[in-house]
Amino acid sequence: METKKIHTDVLIIGGGTAGCYAAITLGKEKDVKVLIAEKANIKRSGCLAAGVNAINAYITEGRVPQDYVDYCKKDGAGIVREDLLLSMSERLNEVTENMEKLGLVILKDENNKYVTRGNRNIKINGENIKPILADAVKKQENVTVLNHVNITDYIVEKNQIKGAYGFDVNEQVFYEIYAKAVLCSTGGAAGLYRPNNPGFSRHKMWYPPFNTGAGYAMGILAGAEMTTFEMRFIALRCKDTIAPTGTIAQGVPAKQLNAKGEVYETKYGLTTSQRLYGTVTENREGRGPCYLGTKGISSEQEKDLFKAYLNMAPSQTLKWLEAGQGPSQQNVEIEGTEPYIVGGHTASGYWVDNNRETTVHGLYAAGDVAGGCPQKYVTGALAEGEIAAEAILSYLQTHKEVPEEDAVKAKEKQQEYETYLSQKQSLLTIEQAEESMQKIMDEYAGGISTDYQYNESRLKLADEKICNLMEDCKKLSAEDMDDLLRIYEIRERLVVCRVVIAHLLARKETRWHSFAENMDYPDQSEEWLKYVNSRMENGNINIYLRELVTGGMAYEHTDSTR
Amino acid sequence: MSIRIRPDKCVGCKRCIEACPGNLIKLNEQGKAWIKHEKDCWGCTSCLKECKVDAIAFFLGADIGGRGSTLSVTQKGDRNIWKVENPAGEIQTIEVNKKDANKY
Ligand SMILES: Cc1cc2nc3c(=O)[nH]c(=O)nc-3n(C[C@H](O)[C@H](O)[C@H](O)COP(=O)(O)OP(=O)(O)OC[C@H]3O[C@@H](n4cnc5c(N)ncnc54)[C@H](O)[C@@H]3O)c2cc1C
Ligand code: SF4
Ligand code: SF4
Repeated sequence: METKKIHTDVLIIGGGTAGCYAAITLGKEKDVKVLIAEKANIKRSGCLAAGVNAINAYITEGRVPQDYVDYCKKDGAGIVREDLLLSMSERLNEVTENMEKLGLVILKDENNKYVTRGNRNIKINGENIKPILADAVKKQENVTVLNHVNITDYIVEKNQIKGAYGFDVNEQVFYEIYAKAVLCSTGGAAGLYRPNNPGFSRHKMWYPPFNTGAGYAMGILAGAEMTTFEMRFIALRCKDTIAPTGTIAQGVPAKQLNAKGEVYETKYGLTTSQRLYGTVTENREGRGPCYLGTKGISSEQEKDLFKAYLNMAPSQTLKWLEAGQGPSQQNVEIEGTEPYIVGGHTASGYWVDNNRETTVHGLYAAGDVAGGCPQKYVTGALAEGEIAAEAILSYLQTHKEVPEEDAVKAKEKQQEYETYLSQKQSLLTIEQAEESMQKIMDEYAGGISTDYQYNESRLKLADEKICNLMEDCKKLSAEDMDDLLRIYEIRERLVVCRVVIAHLLARKETRWHSFAENMDYPDQSEEWLKYVNSRMENGNINIYLRELVTGGMAYEHTDSTR
Repeated sequence: MSIRIRPDKCVGCKRCIEACPGNLIKLNEQGKAWIKHEKDCWGCTSCLKECKVDAIAFFLGADIGGRGSTLSVTQKGDRNIWKVENPAGEIQTIEVNKKDANKY
């Protein structure tokens, strides 16, 4: 394996929504050297690859940022960081305007005002939002982009970030990257649980199957503190295509109906988890399948839906046209997805301060990988990218020293990669390992097959089985760099699985139906108005409970909390 | 759900290979693109949009209701022209202007 050694001021891991926007923000300081390492190609990588439907987080006229904080707090049943939510909400509109300047098409009315959808959304054409961001990144003279480089581990010494290791996903090249500050923006984790369509269409999932939780895993392995991994995100989606439902539910709008045609959403409540739980319960009690009631919409509306889905989830439009029956003739069947860990929808991720600095000095996190601040969506990820970039600029003022290279550690990592490339194929293949992990999580840690429910006995078995699988995965063999990528994607997910299990075990209540449905403790309990945090220490996942950071408070790291 | 690449049309420009967010497409010895990880396609259609010669089509697997129709897209200026072709060869097109925002 060839070695490439790079020194930079700032390393951004993952050139997605948050990572690209951070790079654009850092582009204003021309003497700061910035490097983006991206496992795919920033033009179409991550959540935005196919496009998005709307701006989901925006402060519409007559509302203030605190309203958005209050909404998220209610939806998350109190387990949110109000300081993070507020600093994000204050920037939602500014980043939206910047995106429009960069070329994003936003619908406006005759008075040149953005057209809203409900209380918090605005209408756009988001098909090319990622190429727009990528073009803006390319214009920054001080930003270099390394496409097709997969990062696997941080370089950390005495809880101080120094850079990261990775490899080229096509060529036999090992990357040793040193940086004064690092931003982790690798998105959330999909593919932990057995998906809705486990066969040929196993990757027809909602969250990108290529966001495999690398950023979480690297942080966990480096001893960074994580928060709220037990608040899994399970989406309510169109059956089979797993396409978003918001376009129909809020756009048309359409109500949730059971097989008898009854509107059931009002019975269970309207938070994100309640809407899902309602659907799961209607199915379990024999009143499924469930639908979004679209039958009878006009052909004009139907045509607009065809277009809207082509701009975001084209398989849904194909599905309608192939069936010869569109949503005007047929209600749209809905189902819950497998659980994801996504800090931009729920609150799982790195435990950060208001600058989005993690508990590792000089390591920042933004977007779906950062915790405490749910309902970020696109604009929240952009806002966090900007906040982190600004904080990094001031950090660099006082941290000018170039990190010292560590040849011994680098050699060790390179040898780890080379071992996979040279060892003989054992009985376990990469495919089997993935299937096995997903089956364990599905059956023992509250997946689709158990209606998302679990108990302590099952979770303990899940952990034991995941640990065994981790051992076995050390014997996986890679024929080429493409295989190596897939081995590390499994390794990352297994690490994340262990932390999810530990968090599910720790929260002894059911705060959110379905998201964390603990059958040993089926009710909500005041006692658990706390954050469940964790750190990996000497190979064990230790749980730390922390008091809520509510309105007016701001959490700051101290030496004792690092 | 996955994609199909037509070797007779592919000119080996590698644009699809560069763009796929999952690194699923490779170049074979004949210099043509092929999908190595057929079951790992997310259906984002990035590769379709990158291909200048319309060599890539997208389809739904039978496990999610696919019955042999394909979806492809060509770009003309600001317009994406989407084409659905059923097994009988019948074609439906939908044009989406990138300058028009979604109504929903
Ligand atoms: C299908 C879908 C539709 C959505 N629709 C909407 C919508 O209509 N409106 C809305 O507001 N929000 C929407 N969202 C949510 C929003 O898109 C996300 O919350 C946001 O884009 C997350 O940004 P991010 O930067 O955290 O992650 P991403 O944009 O996914 O970026 C993560 C990046 O990290 C890279 N990466 C991962 N691992 C590694 C590694 N090991 N090394 C190097 N690089 C790595 C990935 O390739 C990717 O480029 C949608 C999300 C999805 C999945
Ligand atoms: S549709 Fe997307 S995920 Fe599938 S092969 Fe094409 S670019 Fe890759
Ligand atoms: S983009 Fe089209 S022509 Fe180019 S390699 Fe891919 S399939 Fe072939």
